[in-house]
Amino acid sequence: KVQVWILSECVSLFQVNVRDALNQAMDEELERDERVFLLGEEVAQYDGAYKVSRGLWKKYGDKRIIDTPITEMGFAGIAVGAAFAGLRPICEFMTWNFSMQAIDQVINSAAKTYYMSAGAQPVPIVFRGPNGSSAGVAAQHSQCFAAWYGHCPGLKVVSPWNSEDARGLLKAAIRDDNPVVFLENELMYGVPFDLSEDVLQKDFVVPIGKAKVERRGTHITLVSHSRCVGFCLDAASVLAKEGVECEVVNLRTIRPLDVDTIEASVMKTGHLVTVEGGWPQYGVGAEICARVMEGPAFNYLDAPAVRVTGVDIPMPYAKILEDHSVPQIKDIIFSVKKVLNM
Amino acid sequence: MPSRFNLIEEDRQQKGGEKRSETAGRWQHDSMQKMLTIISNVLRGSASRHGAQVVSEAASMVASSRSYADFTPEATFDIKKVDLHRLEEGPPLTATLTREEGLKYYRTMQTIRRMELKADQLYKQKIIRGFCHLYDGQEACAVGIEGGITLSDHLITAYRAHGYTLTRGGTVREIMAELTGRRGGIAKGKGGSMHMYTKNFYGGNGIVGAQVPLGAGVALACKYLGNDQLCVSLYGDGAANQGQIFETYNMSSLWKLPIIFICENNQYGMGTSVERSSASTEYYKRGDYIPGLRVDGMDVLCVREATKFAADHCRSGKGPILMELQTYRYHGHSMSDPGVSYRTREEIQEVRSKSDPISMLKDRMLSNNMASIEELKEIDIAVRKEIEDAAQFATTDPEPPLDDLCSHIFANDQPFEVRGATPWTKLTSTS
Repeated sequence: KVQVWILSECVSLFQVNVRDALNQAMDEELERDERVFLLGEEVAQYDGAYKVSRGLWKKYGDKRIIDTPITEMGFAGIAVGAAFAGLRPICEFMTWNFSMQAIDQVINSAAKTYYMSAGAQPVPIVFRGPNGSSAGVAAQHSQCFAAWYGHCPGLKVVSPWNSEDARGLLKAAIRDDNPVVFLENELMYGVPFDLSEDVLQKDFVVPIGKAKVERRGTHITLVSHSRCVGFCLDAASVLAKEGVECEVVNLRTIRPLDVDTIEASVMKTGHLVTVEGGWPQYGVGAEICARVMEGPAFNYLDAPAVRVTGVDIPMPYAKILEDHSVPQIKDIIFSVKKVLNM
Repeated sequence: MPSRFNLIEEDRQQKGGEKRSETAGRWQHDSMQKMLTIISNVLRGSASRHGAQVVSEAASMVASSRSYADFTPEATFDIKKVDLHRLEEGPPLTATLTREEGLKYYRTMQTIRRMELKADQLYKQKIIRGFCHLYDGQEACAVGIEGGITLSDHLITAYRAHGYTLTRGGTVREIMAELTGRRGGIAKGKGGSMHMYTKNFYGGNGIVGAQVPLGAGVALACKYLGNDQLCVSLYGDGAANQGQIFETYNMSSLWKLPIIFICENNQYGMGTSVERSSASTEYYKRGDYIPGLRVDGMDVLCVREATKFAADHCRSGKGPILMELQTYRYHGHSMSDPGVSYRTREEIQEVRSKSDPISMLKDRMLSNNMASIEELKEIDIAVRKEIEDAAQFATTDPEPPLDDLCSHIFANDQPFEVRGATPWTKLTSTS
């Protein structure tokens, strides 16, 4: 815990890493509402494959923290059925790569049901787990699913970056009466952030569908989500030394996309670079650029909007290759300078 | 089984002298009329194979039926023995049917039958479009199952769901209006044939097999909430090989979920017979460690007794149980399948004439003096009228308003903008 003086007020800040933020959010929501429960592989007795659910089984027991066999299609379907019948499940995929085994239940059973039933059957479920690239886990364990799930009506898709995002969005997701795809990032789990007391209140939620401007700037807008937000901020610090002030927008939510915040920023700066870990084709950045083209912000662009993305290949294993498969800070700086014609 | 003639004797003795002569007179008049009706039916051949039996029934009816008070209030029937898997005992070998129950089952099965035939007609007139999977032939399953559980229990099935939508509380009107895509449809025209929902009925599911884990999830909720309810989770012979079903068997057994798995084996998964799709066609054993029953799905009483047995098993906390109902669909897989390229018309006709669920119940009731032919005819007429009225509604009710296009995406949310087909088309979604 750190005490900081802001203006003349003493504000207490608590260092909380993303893993603990998620853990506390789940703990508080489990306590708040008896219908909330967690199921997934290793979530109970193992304390979670990535320790995100540490201590929960010990506190809440077998009824509310359920270890499942390695049968994603089955347990995702069970989770959705439990939501149909009035419970509020949190269904963990050990990584989002394994959700492909269960994707039919996420899309056809969860996302579409409220619509098909004309409002008779809500589906209050959260699917969560680590998404995107990790370190050295190779091609089958490194895919980003933001674009795939972000494509589908009936889902809300969120992608937190820091601890405040993780805590507030997870609470919002659990309290939401609709299916939420919650995309975490394994490499962010251990990263600490300072959280104020306000953020640590039990009813603190981050509204789904609202982006946050993490850094104000005037020359160019960087729009990103998840771990890449951090890279954008790092790139912005480097660029600031050369007199380029970047505005960094943290999407927080992939679907629904906060186009208003993006447009307001682009209308201010006249330049746009999107940054994501996923592949370029039909991706999050592609959607942002298309929306900006179709809206009022287009007339304010002084240069074409461009995307910084993961390289369009399956993820290799060797470190040097892996490092060159994901967007690096230098790629962001390079793109900013290109767009600004520097 | 009490003999018709014994009852008549008792009746006469009870009534006493005076009344007897009075009623005897009425008897003769009524009975003559009935006799004439029945004989003419036989001569017209409409009673077909049961000609001789009908005449003898008529004789007994003439002798016995005077007013509803004289109908047999309850009768016990022998029902087919059930094949058992991992069970010491099965459901009873007899079933008791009350007159009320019989009339109710008859009416419901007839309603399903006529509703499906009307849907066939409307589909051919292109008033119903897309997918339409009809349930005629399988009525005893839906009605028998409902007879073994209550409306506070839960049920989920696949796409051949119109019959279940009815037994689970839907009305013919709203089912038909959903098929024709009107605003008065049970899903306001948003779902169609495969996506109809009622309280404790979770559809109507289009993806083969997906409904089974969903049903286990509902069962998990029942156990979690401690409400002593159970979930019936249905699937067909075609779906029975789905991996997710085996995943569900595993988790349901591990966690002792109150779920009754029911395989409606109608012998064909679309155009593929069970022999061609399944290395093992003993679907009641496919649950392996899950106890199983194989039941005559054409006999509503068999289905009911088996369901009661299964429900007791679940409610006693023993975990899942699996029932295979051997049944048959008269129509093809859907309205785009004539249903005769992979099976013979003779086969279909044979099932119709020997095992039709409605005829079976009707014969039982008539031959045990539980109802009169007239009474059943009146029910038929009432059902026809209900279907006609529903079809009338379904063809005249307006289509859903365009304002409804984007509604029902999210529950309990503020209205939000939805992109239309062009960037200039901004639509609104409400909950």
